[in-house]
Amino acid sequence: MDAHALHPATSTGIPNRKLAIWTFIGSECLFFASLISVYLVYRGKSLVGPYPAEIFEIPLVTVGTALLLFSSLFVVLALNGCEQGNRKKFLGWLAMTILCGIFFIGMQVYEFTHFYHEGLTMQKNLFGASFFTLTGFHGTHVTIGVIWLISIFIEGVRGHVPPAKALNFEMSALYWHFVDVVWIVIFPVVYLMNK
Amino acid sequence: MHHRFKRWRSFAGALLLLTLLVAVVAGAQSNPFPQSTLHPKGDFAQMVDKLFRTTLFWATLVFVLTEAALIFVIFKFRGKPDDAEPKQVHGNTMVEVIWTAIPALVLAMIAVPTVRTIFRTYEIPKGDGVLQVEVIGHQWWWEFRYPELGLTTANELHVPVGRTVALKMVTQDVLHSFWIPQLAAKRDIFTNRSTTLWFKAEEAGDYPGQCAEFCGLEHARMAFQVIAEAPDAFDSYVSRMQATGVRAAEPVVGSTASATPVRVAAMVQADPDTLIGAQLFMTKGCVGCHSLDATKPMGIGPNLAGIGTRRYIAAGWLEDTDANLSRWIQDPQVVKPGVMMPDLGVTEAEAQALVAYLRQH
Amino acid sequence: MATSVLDHAGAVGIHAEKTGLWAWITTVDHKKIGILYGASAFIFFLIGGLEALIIRWQLMKPDNNFVTPEFYNQLFTMHGTTMIFLAVMPLSAMFFNFFIPLLIGARDVAFPRLNAFSFWVFLFGGLFLNSSFLFNAAPNGGWFGYANLSSKQYSPGLNMDFWAMGLQILGIASLAAGVNFFVTILNMRAPGMKLIRMPMFVWMSFITQLLVLLSFPVITVALILLMFDRLFGTNFFVPAGGGDTILWQHLFWVFGHPEVYILILPAFGIISEVLPVFSRKPLFGYTAMVFSGCFIAFLGFGVWSHHMFSTGMGPIADSVFSLATMLIAIPTGVKVFNWMGTTWGGSIQMKTPMYFALGFIAMFIMGGLSGVMHSSAPADLQQTDTYFVVAHFHYVLFGGSIFALVSGAYYWWPKMFGHMLDEGLGKVHFWLMLIGFNLTFFPMHIVGLEGMPRRVYTYPAGLGFESLNRLETIGSLILGFSFLVFIFNVIKSALSKVPAPADPWNGATLEWSIPSPPQEFNFPSIPTVHGRDPFWEEKRARGGKLPEPARVSGAGIHLPDPSYWPFLAAVGVLLLFIALMHHDSKFGPAYIFAAVSVLFFSIFNWVFEPFHEG
Repeated sequence: MDAHALHPATSTGIPNRKLAIWTFIGSECLFFASLISVYLVYRGKSLVGPYPAEIFEIPLVTVGTALLLFSSLFVVLALNGCEQGNRKKFLGWLAMTILCGIFFIGMQVYEFTHFYHEGLTMQKNLFGASFFTLTGFHGTHVTIGVIWLISIFIEGVRGHVPPAKALNFEMSALYWHFVDVVWIVIFPVVYLMNK
Repeated sequence: MHHRFKRWRSFAGALLLLTLLVAVVAGAQSNPFPQSTLHPKGDFAQMVDKLFRTTLFWATLVFVLTEAALIFVIFKFRGKPDDAEPKQVHGNTMVEVIWTAIPALVLAMIAVPTVRTIFRTYEIPKGDGVLQVEVIGHQWWWEFRYPELGLTTANELHVPVGRTVALKMVTQDVLHSFWIPQLAAKRDIFTNRSTTLWFKAEEAGDYPGQCAEFCGLEHARMAFQVIAEAPDAFDSYVSRMQATGVRAAEPVVGSTASATPVRVAAMVQADPDTLIGAQLFMTKGCVGCHSLDATKPMGIGPNLAGIGTRRYIAAGWLEDTDANLSRWIQDPQVVKPGVMMPDLGVTEAEAQALVAYLRQH
Repeated sequence: MATSVLDHAGAVGIHAEKTGLWAWITTVDHKKIGILYGASAFIFFLIGGLEALIIRWQLMKPDNNFVTPEFYNQLFTMHGTTMIFLAVMPLSAMFFNFFIPLLIGARDVAFPRLNAFSFWVFLFGGLFLNSSFLFNAAPNGGWFGYANLSSKQYSPGLNMDFWAMGLQILGIASLAAGVNFFVTILNMRAPGMKLIRMPMFVWMSFITQLLVLLSFPVITVALILLMFDRLFGTNFFVPAGGGDTILWQHLFWVFGHPEVYILILPAFGIISEVLPVFSRKPLFGYTAMVFSGCFIAFLGFGVWSHHMFSTGMGPIADSVFSLATMLIAIPTGVKVFNWMGTTWGGSIQMKTPMYFALGFIAMFIMGGLSGVMHSSAPADLQQTDTYFVVAHFHYVLFGGSIFALVSGAYYWWPKMFGHMLDEGLGKVHFWLMLIGFNLTFFPMHIVGLEGMPRRVYTYPAGLGFESLNRLETIGSLILGFSFLVFIFNVIKSALSKVPAPADPWNGATLEWSIPSPPQEFNFPSIPTVHGRDPFWEEKRARGGKLPEPARVSGAGIHLPDPSYWPFLAAVGVLLLFIALMHHDSKFGPAYIFAAVSVLFFSIFNWVFEPFHEG
């Protein structure tokens, strides 16, 4: 037998692991939908400040958002390179993706620290509690995504991700897209509708 | 084979018997169940009961028909292992449409009165004739306030028969649910929002109710009584309670601490126990949580104005006898473990004096 | 690829059946994992049952002092939590594990190691929750953990920490299993097993996984918020900090109502397998059964607020949720009628599984109808939080789920263990259970309508509750005894030397075509399916009863290798939550770091383990 050994034929034709990651993402949608709902329910319900409008630094976050958006494009290019067996394209764009992810985490660490010095903590008010919980869990997802992409990168450098095993990478790419899409919802809901 | 038939029949019989039992209990005239939802004595509860009986009727009808059909099938189509294979039927669209449509029709019979009743439950009565009552839930007792009458009481709500009562409810600590089955129904109460309930008692009587939302250790013993009485009896209750405020304003006699609001004028004929009790009420710290003045809400412990004539103590479950009251004062943590009232180290003699004093109120 | 018998270079050849503790810890065989689920869940079921019996003993007479109020509150909280998360769900999982691959003609689930991980996380979650009894800190705020009673201020002990974190651990197990079975059912079907030919049990399990996947994330969030409140002092559910206690109720019931269907849909599936076999007639209205199941699941997400009528949501919300709840009665009614249509005109074989299946229908009708009665919001204002509701959901969960699970146990026992359960004892079990069940729970309807609230550790004399409560306690003892008969039956069966035939009931589905118990690889060659009742069709085509299938060597059949990383990863999950409970101790951060290290280390080794997923 053959390359099929790793991907036995499935009833739907979709590999098991790909279907699994889609299923997981479907479930995660409800996780973030709940967190976003909680944030919205408590919008404007804080008894004391700091309030969102006083504290947000929209330009910085916009840059972070843009980078995360671009990274979704980069990961598509990287996957394309991986499937073509174009090592340079694969690893180059993957490195760009990882850098964008790291910058985003850096932005969030800076933002959290800044808010903390401004007196906004999880305990301070409902805004702090729901903001840190929502964006913190998103940040955790980004971090896990970065770790996952880095391990794919290392495997790629060692030549362990040939086109036949592109699915190994595609799974992390799907997850990465999902994490980006969640941020596309969080950014306007949290930062732009901040009254 | 035959004895199996019998067993099924006895099973069917048992089910029917149990169903009948509900009907009998529901229709019984005398009431051995003072907290029953099935013997409504208030307009709200009657409205709910009417709806309940509609749903019960349809549910019983469907129950009897489907269970009968099931039992029929079991007798009728009983087979032996070596019988020929029965006809292999996969479905029947017509039949399936029918048994989708019939439940829908039955549900419509329930849905229409349901929606109508839902809207009525939210029509909060307004106007001069309505008696306003504020309900405040505490772990684990009930505070009642009559804002228009300036009165506060606890665990025993007096209302006049024939007059609508509108309740505005809130909790001081955790969620509770105010439930007075014979007069209204139940409504949960929250911290940051008030909820409402209303009823009109149609008949004089003592109606027990209790907290219906799990609220911690002593949830089981967070009961209360609604005393529905004739309007003139209610009016005299109100003046009696308002008088506790007048008495409180009277000068204090026989007390060393001049600022203490112990009312002794009302105890002219009082025995020495009463006077000792009056002092103990101050020195043992009772006064820190309990007001004896119905016009002065305190909100920490139950207001004790009128305690002398209440039916129950300790939130509606211990009869208000001298012995019980004395035991309660001495050992609250034994009588109702976890209750907020601390053990104040009251001796039996002291408790007797306190009881004598409280009986004057 | 039709046979998918893989024999590439890495194939290990014949797998000798291994036994011993290590083999069980490292197993990735869906059948062994199924048995592990069943055994653990049954023990938890007995613990939950014992809690119920103590509750009944306490309520036997008014003002009883058999247990303290504090212990009583722990008992009813743990009884509910145990029966839902540690008994009914994992008992269903036993059948998912053992039978979904067999019913769809597969060698294993899609992710065998993930399957093992799910089981171990579940077991550790159950042990974690129950360990709270050792610290005298068992959860005491109800299985619904309403805010703000669950807050640090009003529940200062560790009790509700155990609850929140225990459920969080169990949620991880359920979600992992949900993904696994969702993919398994979609992807691992034998050739010809189209979706619309799948056995009804597989269909109902599929819908159940969908409900798990969409509802558990919501309770996960609710529990995270509660944990943040309790551990880190946030104010999500603390009114003094602006928190809204009713938000908890919405989040909890958005999960909680689908959870009800997670408990009952697998039962529907089992009944839909048992009834046709013992009526010797195919399931009536297969398509309607599939769609009614989907419809129930869909509506199940839109009715959560019927648990909150007494909060006073306003007339519009009350009406919408009342009507939506009533709508659920229609597909449920379709199911009941189709089951009766299945038996109609059949040749009913009164074997023990059939007794329990018919008992299920009889009891479930009762629970369904009382459910319709409190879908009417104003009527519910009297019934909610009373024993009427306790009666209702026990008719659904015990009269429904447990009757069906027991029916499934008697039905599939020979396939799982290779020995029949005794028919005579089975029928004794049935009658004792039916009588005990009705004596326990029917009077609860009445005592509830007569004014007895739920979750009370005692009641005073004089409210008329005494005689009915005494009857209920007697019934519960009979009910408890009926399970002793079952245990005796199991022991007798285990000691029996008589092997069960491959097809004792004239089964319709694929699992009966292979030896009892199945060999590790399930099917010597993957079957091809041509219809809805494949084994019946095969038997008909081959002229009736078939000879016993032979046990074959299985040489060349490739199976996934055992692995201990899933077990270790599950240990990591457990350690993480134990560490979180000690987060504010001196070494708190170190504990958390150590636990996360164990978890990541295991996952990394799991991922890079040379492993062949079947």
